[in-house]
Amino acid sequence: MLNKNKLINIIFATIIIAVSVLILVYLDIHEKSFRYEISIINKALVYAVIALSMNIAIGFTGLFSLGQAGFLAIGAYVTAILTISPEDKISVYYVDGVANFLQNIQFSPVVAILIGGLSAAIVASILGFPVLRLKSDYLAIATLGFAEIIRAVIATPQLNLPGLKINMNRITNGSFGLKNIPNFKSSLECFIYCLICIVLMIFIIKSTIGRDFRAVREDEIAAQSVGINIFKTKELSFIISSFFTGIGGGLLAMYLRSIESKTFSINLTYEILLMVVLGGIGSISGSIVGSFLVNVGKEVLRFCDTPQNIFGIQIPIFRTGFRMVIYSILLMIIVLFFRKGIMGGKEISPKEISKFLKRTVDKFNMFINRIKKKKGEIR
Amino acid sequence: MNLNLLEQAMIGISIGGAYALIAIGYTLVYGILRLINFAHGDIFMMAGYFMIFCASILPIYVAIPITIIETCILGVLIEKVAYKPLREAPRMSIMISAIGVSYLLQNLATYLFTAIPIQYPRIEFLKTPITLFGVLTNLANIITPIIAILLVLFLIWILKNTKVGLSMRAVSRDYEAASLMGVKINKTISWTFIIGSSLAAIGSILYFSNRSAVFPYSGSLPGLKCFVAAVFGGIGSIPGALIGGFFIGICENLIKSAGYSTFSDAFTFVVLIIMLLFRPTGLFGEKLIEKV
Amino acid sequence: MKLKKFLSLILVFILSISMFSGCGSSEKGDIIKIGVFEPFTGENGGGGYQEALGIRYANQLYKTIDIDGTTYTIVLEEVDNKSDKTEAVNAANSLISKGVSAIIGSYGSGVSIAAGSYFAEANIPAIGCSCTNPQVTNGNDYYFRACFLDPFQGTVMANYAKNHGYNKVAVITQLGDDYSEGLGSYFVRACQNMGINVVRQEKFQPNEQDFRAILSNIKSEDPQFIFAPSSIASAPLILEQAREMGITCQIGGGDTWENGSIIDNAHGAAEGMVVTTFYDDKSKATMEGEKFVNGFKEYLIQNKQPDVIPAVSALGYDAYLAVYKAIEKAQSLDGEEIRNALAELQFEGVTGDISFDENGDAKKNSAYIKEVENGEFVFKEITTL
Repeated sequence: MLNKNKLINIIFATIIIAVSVLILVYLDIHEKSFRYEISIINKALVYAVIALSMNIAIGFTGLFSLGQAGFLAIGAYVTAILTISPEDKISVYYVDGVANFLQNIQFSPVVAILIGGLSAAIVASILGFPVLRLKSDYLAIATLGFAEIIRAVIATPQLNLPGLKINMNRITNGSFGLKNIPNFKSSLECFIYCLICIVLMIFIIKSTIGRDFRAVREDEIAAQSVGINIFKTKELSFIISSFFTGIGGGLLAMYLRSIESKTFSINLTYEILLMVVLGGIGSISGSIVGSFLVNVGKEVLRFCDTPQNIFGIQIPIFRTGFRMVIYSILLMIIVLFFRKGIMGGKEISPKEISKFLKRTVDKFNMFINRIKKKKGEIR
Repeated sequence: MNLNLLEQAMIGISIGGAYALIAIGYTLVYGILRLINFAHGDIFMMAGYFMIFCASILPIYVAIPITIIETCILGVLIEKVAYKPLREAPRMSIMISAIGVSYLLQNLATYLFTAIPIQYPRIEFLKTPITLFGVLTNLANIITPIIAILLVLFLIWILKNTKVGLSMRAVSRDYEAASLMGVKINKTISWTFIIGSSLAAIGSILYFSNRSAVFPYSGSLPGLKCFVAAVFGGIGSIPGALIGGFFIGICENLIKSAGYSTFSDAFTFVVLIIMLLFRPTGLFGEKLIEKV
Repeated sequence: MKLKKFLSLILVFILSISMFSGCGSSEKGDIIKIGVFEPFTGENGGGGYQEALGIRYANQLYKTIDIDGTTYTIVLEEVDNKSDKTEAVNAANSLISKGVSAIIGSYGSGVSIAAGSYFAEANIPAIGCSCTNPQVTNGNDYYFRACFLDPFQGTVMANYAKNHGYNKVAVITQLGDDYSEGLGSYFVRACQNMGINVVRQEKFQPNEQDFRAILSNIKSEDPQFIFAPSSIASAPLILEQAREMGITCQIGGGDTWENGSIIDNAHGAAEGMVVTTFYDDKSKATMEGEKFVNGFKEYLIQNKQPDVIPAVSALGYDAYLAVYKAIEKAQSLDGEEIRNALAELQFEGVTGDISFDENGDAKKNSAYIKEVENGEFVFKEITTL
């Protein structure tokens, strides 16, 4: 069944993708002069995947999970360990050396990222059994705690559990972090990976599974009464969300080229949550817009950190640290005045855009009319 | 080794006291607004900076009440600006607002005071060395838990016997019914923030006078732990916050003394998760009633 | 609704200012841009700021450079990496896109490692001031550094312990921090080689402020020396809490601990502590050193800082000087030529003679050992290995 509306949407999406590809190809060709822009775009793309994966749990299923940083860490570390070349491993694990079974392993990035995503999904499926029985805020705290546990496990040099002794320094390199992770060859490569993830997630959200998710979000009891298994649905949503978060972690590792346990702190989860909420909880395009807005916004505001001369007068408030103050103030403004986020649960589609345009034109006409009227009155 | 264990237990109790004072702030706000006030740890940090600036121009015993007042003003201001407009908004956005305030306070502190730690004024009285059961410690360590318990008793008295306390309980039980019965919601919420912030300020004075310096992130870790403590005790319950604070403080120290300092935080969370599995609303939390 | 419009207007206004400021700030004439890649906010914000002060001061003294008869003005392009890897990559790329000829920084090795490969790809030489992790320059032809390395520093400290006849030592490190853990583990290794008994190794969480539990563990082992390489935020806490608990043994730290704020914040508990450091402002060993010490103290006071010169500021100064001399020697702004000039450079900086080995690390085989006496860092000895 392909009705007219759907067709228009597909054409619209294709056009957007085609334009993005053209822009990226142009940037890639002139890579030397656009490093900064490419770096921002890549980061925003990777974060868009992560934000959307978080949105599946939070926005579409109503599972308030704050364990994102933990799943990102799993995905990132698995990808990193599996992609660093055997020659580099010797110098990367410069403290204790690399564990024997990891020494000669090297996968292509795609395979490694998939394994990373799967590992995150497996961990999520185990974690889901106990914690998904918890309600809203308690779930948030439990998952947040889980992320902290993962971080501690990664950073610890020696895992001494009763009956189990693992030298983590030889696996995760403990506090020293991993480097020499292969990077994206071009921003187009990054775009393709992220596009595939996003399209897959859209398919899931639009499928019957996605409908179940939303039913559970809206009303658990009503959903149960129409035959949806609440726990199974939640577990599935949690696993899918974590799988893509793990993949996002792998992409993040490739983007950063070097990772350490410190990167995956609670603040990372908060930052992703910010993107989700700014874009609009339960909006696919919202998460993507949110990611771009936050990442580009932070860079645009960099001028705040350096002393500025405006009309020849040096303004004393512009000094280091001011950028983050402005950033947080802007954030508060958006949170306070655009409560439902920028997209507010809607999606970017030709229909919405035309609606929006119509409304704006109407408003503008009204405004003009009012002015005309006033002028008439004066006369 | 026995002496070590005793010492560890005493340390745990004194840290627990400070945690309890902050945890109450979380619990009070949650009880009334159903909001995890992520900015609470940063209010605690700002109280540290207020004290530094007050003490640099005023004698210390004048500076202490002024710091408490300033912290209350900050707390109420945050509520009015960042939480009040969102009262009807979805829960998620008010939480994001709290995270945003926390960001803002940290960044503002970095901008205004730089990230270099600033010396905390020394309150000689609190630093008096004391030997208790053969363990060398100071007065601050001993009076922190005592003050925490006294303040909790006082708070419970307020809740039971004053008009403000009554309206706070009413609002936390049923927000809409309370407003229909003529309880001034906004005033009650302001009072909640005043009480929470003043406890944070007192906690901050006791905590920092033992830790000598304040930096913009000094509120984040205690904030997180106290939040865990509040959840552990059953968020919304004041005795729960007290017990949660002590429990987390002592637990953490016992783990460290057992040689697992790497996992002290992780272990705290494991305990929390296990606790939540058996009692999903914490130790003293009210049972969630599912409405059909 | 009106408020909303008003706020939208403000947003637009801020954005438009940002556009204008971008155009306005570019200075006229022949300029060379040197990037300063430092954390000004976040976990290491304090140290990054102090390092940047040294760089800014050096820029004041060495403002112009002659290349082929043209006089260029050197402009510093500062960027904040927030001590966070996810920020560091964009920060690094923003410097590259601004067309800097060389980059100085960063405080904290993690962000330097993250940015290093991007600098190398863009053929821009970078020189670290105080990032002591071997990974920074290892395998990166474009990264240099002005300080010594963790393995060296750890060994120096172990030597110190041995010379003072300590045979029971304890170590405190910060979990997840490559500097702290790295230095700690090299110290432990060196101690084991020298036959010193490491009785306890304790770790603490980032942003931890309560060390009494781990100190109590250490106290029960009764060590003669505690080595606690960590950040300037945790140092005074460790010192004061240890003394309050009745731990009387000597406590030592790494280069980060040579910082006036620690002595102030520890309320007298810093007395007797020992640090290894890059530099000593009393010795004024070099011409450059003398010039630096006198002027920089004033500069610190101008910036409302205590007038104890942090070692990282001196290194920042030296790093700037290295870049300056390299550009002067290369007589070019090409990244590769500056790199080659740096690799063969030999000059006298504040912290001694500086030249780089094949890895790009400064050939420094001596470290200064200082102890705190009467609230001041007092130079004790130079250890050469």
